Amino acid sequence: MRGRSNVTPALAAEHGLTEAEFERAVAILGRAPNLTELGIFAAMWSEHCSYKSSKVWLKTLPTTGPRVICGPGENAGVIDIGDGDAVVFKIESHNHPSFIEPYQGAATGVGGILRDVFTMGARPIAILDSLHFGSPDHLRTRHLVAGVVSGIGGYGNCVGVPTVGGECEFHPSYDGNILVNAMCVGIARADRIFYSAAAGPGNPVIYVGAKTGRDGIHGATMASAEFSSDAEQKRPTVQVGDPFTEKLLIEACLELMEGEAIVAIQDMGAAGLTSSAVEMAGKGGLGIELDLDRVPLRETAMSAYEIMLSESQERMLVILRPGGEAEARRIFTKWELDFAVVGRVTETGRLVLRRNGEVAADIPVEPLVTAAPVYQRPWRRRDPEPEIDPASLSDRDPFECLQHLLASPALASKRWIWEQYDHLVMGNTVKRPGGDAAVVRVSAGGKALALATDCTPRYCRADPVRGGAQAVAESWRNLTAVGAEPLALTDNMNFGNPERPEIMGEFVGAIEGIRQACLALDYPVVSGNVSLYNETNGSAILPTPVIGGVGLVANVRNAIDLALKRDGDALILIGETRGHFGCSLYLREIEGSESGPPPPVDLTAERRNGDFVRDMIRAEHVAACHDVSDGGLLVAIAEMAMTGGRGVILEAPPLDLPRTAYFFGEDQARYIVETADPGSIFEAARAGGVSAHAIGAVGGVALTLSGAGAISVNALRAASEAWLPDYMAQV
Amino acid sequence: MKAVVVIFPGSNRERDVCAALSLVTGHQPTRVWHRDAAMPESDLIVLPGGFAYGDYLRCGAMAAHSPVMREVRDRADKGTPVLGICNGFQILTEAGMLPGALLPNRSLRFTCRDVHLRVENTQTIFTCGYEAGQVLRVPVAHHDGNYTADPDTLDRLEDRSLVAFRYCGPDGGFSEAENFNGSARAIAGIFNDSRTVLGLMPHPENAVDPLLGGTDGRAFFEGLVGALQ
Repeated sequence: MRGRSNVTPALAAEHGLTEAEFERAVAILGRAPNLTELGIFAAMWSEHCSYKSSKVWLKTLPTTGPRVICGPGENAGVIDIGDGDAVVFKIESHNHPSFIEPYQGAATGVGGILRDVFTMGARPIAILDSLHFGSPDHLRTRHLVAGVVSGIGGYGNCVGVPTVGGECEFHPSYDGNILVNAMCVGIARADRIFYSAAAGPGNPVIYVGAKTGRDGIHGATMASAEFSSDAEQKRPTVQVGDPFTEKLLIEACLELMEGEAIVAIQDMGAAGLTSSAVEMAGKGGLGIELDLDRVPLRETAMSAYEIMLSESQERMLVILRPGGEAEARRIFTKWELDFAVVGRVTETGRLVLRRNGEVAADIPVEPLVTAAPVYQRPWRRRDPEPEIDPASLSDRDPFECLQHLLASPALASKRWIWEQYDHLVMGNTVKRPGGDAAVVRVSAGGKALALATDCTPRYCRADPVRGGAQAVAESWRNLTAVGAEPLALTDNMNFGNPERPEIMGEFVGAIEGIRQACLALDYPVVSGNVSLYNETNGSAILPTPVIGGVGLVANVRNAIDLALKRDGDALILIGETRGHFGCSLYLREIEGSESGPPPPVDLTAERRNGDFVRDMIRAEHVAACHDVSDGGLLVAIAEMAMTGGRGVILEAPPLDLPRTAYFFGEDQARYIVETADPGSIFEAARAGGVSAHAIGAVGGVALTLSGAGAISVNALRAASEAWLPDYMAQV
Repeated sequence: MKAVVVIFPGSNRERDVCAALSLVTGHQPTRVWHRDAAMPESDLIVLPGGFAYGDYLRCGAMAAHSPVMREVRDRADKGTPVLGICNGFQILTEAGMLPGALLPNRSLRFTCRDVHLRVENTQTIFTCGYEAGQVLRVPVAHHDGNYTADPDTLDRLEDRSLVAFRYCGPDGGFSEAENFNGSARAIAGIFNDSRTVLGLMPHPENAVDPLLGGTDGRAFFEGLVGALQ
């Protein structure tokens, strides 16, 4: 190491390290770090890479189960789906970059999550996207929607992985911090999963993929701080995506994985070469030496600091068996990708970097990883909201309210978005976007996966514990509604600044709710991502723990959807209706109030009702099924009617509830099933202690209710379909 | 029936068309990497959908100059049928093997959805599985499918019955709304003069299985395979 360090605590602070963290780094090194080393400490100890505020709470989540092959901690989670097949999946946020530069931010979010999945040996088969934008009235929202959607499409369409589902919500709390969460699902052989732990001192370390440039430097640090009004100036920290190179990288890596050359493999995501090298060495309890002069560079005269912190996309770090270089070189040359032997695994336990023949950094890996700061941040629960008495609501025309709700940003059709995504490539999309869950076939034998993303942020804001549990329950319900057995989930925890106790309280509460629901539903968390500091000038987003669920459909022919199928069929509501009104969409969209507590989540009832519905679907008693969630019962019925192009003659509401509460309350654990055989369903429901009520019959071209007239299904569909295209067409 | 599917870096619907062909023939077609030294003899050459070379220049422009395309053109000149789907159609126009060009969709957005097509000429190896005027429902998935040519070329295509498919409504009628990408005369696919080369934007290979939302593409492959056997 040459010369004296000129790194000061003030420079460390600019890198996001606190004084105490800087002192810890000095203690680990036994000297002051140089600039490159400071950059490495700052990146590895950033919130984004170290999970320092969230770690103690994430540990409380259930992560094991009979099907779990690999839980959190690797690039993605892995679960066993039988016959030697495994599903590899994860969700990840790209919130901060997407706000600054929506097209590239969203595109590289997709690229990053694809790499997390194929790094583990899986071929990606589906992408889903959970998007949260600011108020439609905010000046910036239209531009962000257009950019994010075309960025996701631009990347996913080109790599040839179908984007099959997701969600899109609007709320003013996201005006300054949008959420772009991308989930990728892949299929691998269960005995051919690749991990990231370095092994075998002396083994070569190779760099493959695209060249390293100056883009994305400090991306991880940027994503670990809140925005002030200067977000625009952070544009140079956003990476630029190249889906064509990613497509080649997928094919080349999967080809190399067919042989025996690979010891360990890790993609270069947040904090680029730094985090991939440190994580590989740390997991293996070994050291890594890198000669940065051999790293393929896109620009001249890049310093060690820049090379180590660049977040250029479409790059991987691979440790090979001795003598594996020739095979790897042949494959990567065939796919016209950069390939370079950049270093080797060592026994020293140190990360040693050389640049221009001199040592540019020398850091012990173990303390860099294990001595990363962990914070027990103070937290505080918000006072619970008072209940809302449904009798206090004025009685309004239910069909007028329905039409208004279906044309609201929350419920309006998102076709304008998903038609920009290739949701059919690969030829396995059984249930397309727009339903409760997408269904993607995975084998000729007839197995399929059900996939969905869910969260109800307004519930999480009012009561984080209930909101967390509800997000898991809704995910589990959406998979159940297409006939799948929910297997496991990935979570994307999007919150504000954790240094504020009330935000930390939201996080802690949501984790507790998720934990309870995962346990009750045997639905473990196998991977996830935390995105904090989603706030601008002290104003935070609604707490948004997005749940990405994966379920198994044993026989794809049994998968169903929500479209009404036959006139004359009965509609049966499974689950109890109490008319819970707090936090409902009706309250927000019709009464202009976001008050009240969210609906209680009875996990025993969720389990009982869901298992019942799945059994009825498997017994082929169900022609169509839909879970009842946002907007309540009448909205769910209307969605089934609009999708199937059929009307419904509704039964009169029960007398013991106000009409509005019955039609628009958001009680949980409910499904609507269409059946030609109501007798069998009622009989099985009685036997199983499940609440089941006839609510209408399929027929005609309108929703019809005695005493309230009728509304045509075409009119409802027109209202629902028009909102987003009309909004996007305004200049 | 031996088919060869040519794969460029960035092709991404080769699996889909291979699955459709093997469904009908009972065996997988041969996949040829664009730099493979020799292309095996075959009864059909397929250029699949995707984003060859990332489509970073113009869609299909780089692939059209790939050495493998000289071989494809030679074989086509000698009568081997060539099918270009989506990006394959774009490559065929860029290579000059079919007239016209494919501009960005009128909406300037990528569009993936089912559309209706009317079969305009059934007297070809590619379309003999259909009835004249039959209306199909098959998906599209493209950003640049707006077919364009000068009026003389369009007239010539019409006069010689070289229009294979047109976008239409469910009843076979035409309207501007149904012609979603703005193609000249709602053209979705065209033949060369000898009707042995077909380029089309829609994806019949994604409509061969009732589980996946439709089977109207199946007769396309059944007719084609039948004609070449």
